[in-house]
Amino acid sequence: MTQENFSARRETQAQALEAEQVQANTTGTSAGVDDLLDEIDSVLESNAEEFVRGFVQKGGQ
Amino acid sequence: MSARRLVGLETEYGIIRPAMPQANSTVLSAQIVDAYAQLVRDSGSDARAARWDYSDESPLADARGHAVDRALAHPSQLTDSEPTLGDCAVWTAESIALDGNDARVGDTLYQEKDATDVVMNMVLGNGARLYVDHAHPEYSSPEVTSPRAAVLWDHAGDEVMRRAAATAATLGSGELLLYKNNTDNKSVSYGSHENYLVPREVDFSALVRGLTAFFATRQIFCGAGRVGRGMLGRGAEFQISQRADFFEAEVGLETTINRPIINTRDEPHANWDKYRRLHVIIGDANLGQISTLLRVGTTNLVLSLIEAGMSPKLELADPVAALQQISHDPSLRTTVALRGGRRLTAIQIQRSYLEAAESFCAQRDLQDPDTTEILRRWRDILDTLERDPLEAAAQVDWVAKYKLMKSFTERHSVGFDDARVALMDLQWADLRLDKGLYYRMASRGLIETIFSQAEINAAVDHPPEDTRAYLRGMTLQRYAPYVVAANWDVLSFSVPGARKVSRFHMPEPLAGSRAQVGELFDAELEIAEFIEQLARRR
Repeated sequence: MTQENFSARRETQAQALEAEQVQANTTGTSAGVDDLLDEIDSVLESNAEEFVRGFVQKGGQ
Repeated sequence: MSARRLVGLETEYGIIRPAMPQANSTVLSAQIVDAYAQLVRDSGSDARAARWDYSDESPLADARGHAVDRALAHPSQLTDSEPTLGDCAVWTAESIALDGNDARVGDTLYQEKDATDVVMNMVLGNGARLYVDHAHPEYSSPEVTSPRAAVLWDHAGDEVMRRAAATAATLGSGELLLYKNNTDNKSVSYGSHENYLVPREVDFSALVRGLTAFFATRQIFCGAGRVGRGMLGRGAEFQISQRADFFEAEVGLETTINRPIINTRDEPHANWDKYRRLHVIIGDANLGQISTLLRVGTTNLVLSLIEAGMSPKLELADPVAALQQISHDPSLRTTVALRGGRRLTAIQIQRSYLEAAESFCAQRDLQDPDTTEILRRWRDILDTLERDPLEAAAQVDWVAKYKLMKSFTERHSVGFDDARVALMDLQWADLRLDKGLYYRMASRGLIETIFSQAEINAAVDHPPEDTRAYLRGMTLQRYAPYVVAANWDVLSFSVPGARKVSRFHMPEPLAGSRAQVGELFDAELEIAEFIEQLARRR
């Protein structure tokens, strides 16, 4: 078996495994959002209106 | 001919210094790049930033077969010359606050720093470019060959920016905040561009025909979400894309004004006779790894379809209007008109592309892991979005953001016009791991990821191994003191004792891989010997 075939197979297995894990991770999503909302006041910058007003950018592509 | 293709992603980051809201953004951006250059210098290696070599750039060449007169071009199109700090030749408190305000800064390390010493543009040891683009710091990823690698080295750029900002703070630039978003919601947009290598023989008009409907609709799985409408961000309605409302044309050369869905810049940074570099400017910057993966992977497949002449024949009656109508409806039920009067939803249009890609790959028996993964994910995400868009929060950036805002407004019985919702829209993209709302959701396991932070950190230090980025990155890691200039397709060396600078051209993006030149680095050659051996392999 060439190195390339070997790593391709390993990658396929890893990708399949990840697909299973994700299903486990994303159950109970609403509860997770609620937890984040519980603490969001301490995460958000203070004085929302002023902070957003201060975010002024110059032109870009 | 699959979901694999040579790709590079560019991101312009939003930047502010909260303690000095009117600070000159070009200077702040230069502080970021210069701080990273210092970090590299101080990290123990003797790697220095190599100067960017502009000699092969041609931003005014148009893929439709002509070039714009330099005198008629918008100044922002002249990306082939060294940027300058303009009036602020010396970084003083006054020049940083060039736009004028009464905020004071203490003494900074930059006060006496002559701008000619400031690093504005550098090549990194992972093969990427880090520089000041107009008024934003930009990271352009090294060339990669798979959608997964595109995700990894794009997200490595976010980590580079985080480290640069942390270093800048210790150097006295104050707290600089960086945002991976695309608008300030006050008329300005900045880009996150994708670059795809396409054979020159593919007719540009075939690309335009094949890509327009795809680009107008792919936002449903890779939009980053935005509150507000139009370039000025009026109102408080949620829309799918950051960029959609900034597009005004179907095809064109510009990227900063009158933005087109299909950009015609014809600057391959490779053998011109063999290759085009399709420069895609319509995408949003994604923090979510799956959104980035899908954005690149599906685009690769559609390009393969176009090359094979198998792209679905879908012509939108008004592509710019369709792009915006789709963006303005998070329920995804909006239909847009095709030429001839038929109306389809974005999901239906994407399904036509998916089905064409599935039969193309089945016909050619394409079963590599990347192609298989992208086809599976593409079908899954369209199924999920059709069932209920909110179910796609773990994979799709705009949905995750929308879900968080919706839950917030319901809990506090407020509308999307609440000032904190506007702040959430901005702070979603804050690159700080403890402050950015994307990262807060991800750390709670609410977002699907394919790479860990440790893997992303490794990609900050190491180039991809299967493209010329390997040669570029490794050369910078090992021989930086002798590299006088570099760009995508040239390395220029100054060897002690040699009278001339030696230039090594890399017109083949897939040449210079580890398989081809790895042994030169393993052998730990002296610089003169290295250049000689390299030249023999040309």
